[in-house]
Amino acid sequence: MASKKKMPGLNTSSTADISFMLLIFFLVTTSMDSDKGLTRRLPPPPENQENTAVQINERNIFKVSINSVGKIMISGGQKLDSSNPADMELLCDMCKKFIMGMPHPGEDQGPEMTLQRVPGLSDLQQCAEKHVISLQSDRGTPYAAYFAVQDALVKAYNDVRDEKSKKLFAGKPFSALSEDQQGAIRTIYPQKISEAEPIDYSKLSQ
Amino acid sequence: MPELSTSSLPDLIFTILFFFMMVTTMREVTLKVKLSTPQGTQLEKLEHKSDVSYIYVGPPTDALRGQFGTGTRIQLNDRYADPREVMDFVAQERQGMQDQTRQVISIKADVNTQMGIITDIKEVLRKSYALKLNYSATSKGK
Repeated sequence: MASKKKMPGLNTSSTADISFMLLIFFLVTTSMDSDKGLTRRLPPPPENQENTAVQINERNIFKVSINSVGKIMISGGQKLDSSNPADMELLCDMCKKFIMGMPHPGEDQGPEMTLQRVPGLSDLQQCAEKHVISLQSDRGTPYAAYFAVQDALVKAYNDVRDEKSKKLFAGKPFSALSEDQQGAIRTIYPQKISEAEPIDYSKLSQ
Repeated sequence: MPELSTSSLPDLIFTILFFFMMVTTMREVTLKVKLSTPQGTQLEKLEHKSDVSYIYVGPPTDALRGQFGTGTRIQLNDRYADPREVMDFVAQERQGMQDQTRQVISIKADVNTQMGIITDIKEVLRKSYALKLNYSATSKGK
């Protein structure tokens, strides 16, 4: 009678090496950087070629111009430097005041606020519907300066919305609100950043 | 002295492997432009990677500088392109998407790029109705 032969076990000593190689392959071909960025929406292209210039009351516009070396001028004539964080905070601050309807220093009127019924809220609300922040850059403006300004503007909007949301919804920040509530806040403070076609100053001077 | 048992080593490595497969993403393209993206504070995370198309803007990398110079270039997929080609690129990217209205264009531009070229890209994006834009950046101070 033949004795039962024991089946030899599969040699698994190289599995570790194989999985190591897989691991190294994935380490090399993948990247860990999570993609973050400033989200913006572009306006749709003009329907027809006609220039549809909309007249906007001067008091409703907050002008921010960036020149080719990254220096900023805002309405009222104040000059700021985009590489200076303190200046950018100042810009953000002024923007916030403008969105909330306060006048510039030296002017007697801020942007118009309209009293409106906002869906989801019982009281009439002062809405910053008419204000526009106009952003003008030069073709030579460094991207860093442009980005810093955009970041400051978005920060202004986020801060204003956060404050409003804390006031209306029992101290909850904007990000913690439900979709409808966020919509209500957005109606009160809509984001209105208009980007003018950049001017090529280097060509104008020739 | 008893030998150290290595029978659980493959399982261990496999666990690490799975971890890396979860948290990392495949590298999209080999970069041909040198990038240092700006720093911001109000950044949002890009959701739905499959809806995102990338446009890289910056000077050629050190290795390619001899051939292409130091002028700012636009990279679409694996090659340098013209601002006008962005329109085709957007249409092409859109084709593979399930929900075409969700398309997001992420502009990864170098901080020293001049705005002129970015405005050109934006203008073309407007014309091709790719209106959701994301200026890629890194968080400040963290």
